[in-house]
Amino acid sequence: MQFSLGPVQYFWPKAQMLQFYREVADSDFDIVYLGETVCSKRRELKYEDYLALALMLREAGKQVCLSSMTLYEAPGELRELRKYVDNVEFLVEANDVGAISMLQQQGLPFVAGAAINCYNQHTLRRLIGMGLTRWVLPVELSGQWLSDVLAQGVIADVRDCFTTEVFSFGHLPLAWSGRCFTARSENRSKDQCELCCINYPQGREVSSQDGTQVFVLNGIQTQSGYRYNLVNQLNTMHNTVDIVRLSPQLTGTFDWLAKFKANLDGSAPQQLSASDSNGYWLNLAGMATG
Amino acid sequence: MELLCPAGSMPALKAAIEHGADAVYIGLKDDTNARHFAGLNFDEARLKEAARFVHQHGKKLHVAINTFAHPDNYQRWQQAVDIAANAGADVLILADIAVLAYAAERYPKLERHLSVQASATNAAAINFYRQFGISRVVLPRVLSMQQVRALAKSCEIDLEVFAFGSLCIMAEGRCYLSSYMTGQSPNTAGACSPAAFVEWQDNNGTLESRLNGILIDRFAPNETAGYPTLCKGRFNVGNDTYHALEEPTSLNTLDLLPQLYAEGIKSLKIEGRQRSPAYVAQITKVWRAAIDAVMSAPDDFKVQPQWQQVLAGLSEGSQTTLGAYHRKWK
Repeated sequence: MQFSLGPVQYFWPKAQMLQFYREVADSDFDIVYLGETVCSKRRELKYEDYLALALMLREAGKQVCLSSMTLYEAPGELRELRKYVDNVEFLVEANDVGAISMLQQQGLPFVAGAAINCYNQHTLRRLIGMGLTRWVLPVELSGQWLSDVLAQGVIADVRDCFTTEVFSFGHLPLAWSGRCFTARSENRSKDQCELCCINYPQGREVSSQDGTQVFVLNGIQTQSGYRYNLVNQLNTMHNTVDIVRLSPQLTGTFDWLAKFKANLDGSAPQQLSASDSNGYWLNLAGMATG
Repeated sequence: MELLCPAGSMPALKAAIEHGADAVYIGLKDDTNARHFAGLNFDEARLKEAARFVHQHGKKLHVAINTFAHPDNYQRWQQAVDIAANAGADVLILADIAVLAYAAERYPKLERHLSVQASATNAAAINFYRQFGISRVVLPRVLSMQQVRALAKSCEIDLEVFAFGSLCIMAEGRCYLSSYMTGQSPNTAGACSPAAFVEWQDNNGTLESRLNGILIDRFAPNETAGYPTLCKGRFNVGNDTYHALEEPTSLNTLDLLPQLYAEGIKSLKIEGRQRSPAYVAQITKVWRAAIDAVMSAPDDFKVQPQWQQVLAGLSEGSQTTLGAYHRKWK
């Protein structure tokens, strides 16, 4: 089982990003995803900066993937996507079928990110035919659902052609909108957002009127209020999951990687906090804990 | 420009046709469609009856099979396609890649439209789905009018947009908020914020709405209480309590009708398969009149106050919005 570091979902200043990835270079992560996946207005790091980071991380022994955005709405955003597709060095994670379309035309392999709607063996098989080499399970699906897909005869002869990955730690990306909710929370319109999400390096917490954490606002993205944490489920993943993904945290990312690695066989379970959840994997509501 | 109206039952379907719909869209009585609600939708016999009625009136029947197929009973989605095709549906509205491919291979002559649940918001995504021979794309409700216009100019495919009804503010088909709170989502169960998880409680005059135990909103005695769709609740952010994502409001694009017509938008979709026949009748009447007006004299089109009055009365919280079509909403 390998461990991957997902793309930074929040908007961090450039210096902080560079410092973070210097630490990633020295970390035990096997695979690193790089790129802005939420909002095209976030340009602290440009494509060239990500490419430089990718080369540095590869030099440090990491397998690097470039993650593309999830919600493409404007022609200019597609031109930026084209740069990712045309890079000749690194595998691309598609988070919108538009990216798959471009990669497929170039005959390039791709990672289907969690926001690609691959819910069954027949769709998976079609995507493999288009170049899928790694399938990240949609976040709302369970361990049982993953097993059910992998057990189907229809993919038996292509089972060696792809690996599986599961988002296992961090606030879950749950929705994307035309509207920017962080700007709205500051009474700004999206056009006048002034990139205010840079002031919320862990997003903005949304709670119910009686105090339950329900969501986290991260620009146009809405995340789970609770932090998803499958540290205690690793020993149930060995037959179905090849790669366990951790999402970058403002602090503690590498400590959590150590905790995950220590508990691969279930021998060092962690006490979950009141704001952790693992429901989706256990076939419960996402915010539940089983 | 087509008027495409919703129907969750035979009476609603008849109301739509009798009040001027060019086409009606319906779903089967199971979780193969995104309005999987108790007491709603059509079994196989009813579907045949619906097709007969619609065709007798020279109109078209669209069947939505737009959830994502489950691994252990994929056949149900295939069967839904078979049932709709054999019943005489004119169009299938599809979202799952596998179901699209199945329909394209098994029934190549049956028209396929890309459901809003497939979440195609850009030219490259539309290009992706062309390999399944789709003839029309239903656009998600996250795009601005400017973005719709750009797609209309750059994509040689028919476009359908939502004109009126409940407003999804997230890119459809990629929103997991409902399953996060309840375990059931539009993608997997064909329902958002399902009624089975809704609770109401009166606390000394303050009405509380909950979804699977989570407080969605509190209403003072003088406030109108709306259904607790989880993205339309009032929550705390920082020191403020407000509709953090969206107010309870309905999409209404009457003001944009001349622009949509000018861009060659092929079809206007009215949301609301869960609504009553009376609702469908009223909505259809207004939009029929509006579309006839814009088609006969596009430059002189004026929104009639009585249209707006009817639509406001049929809207969530009596409020309407242009939603994402209008940049300021974002």
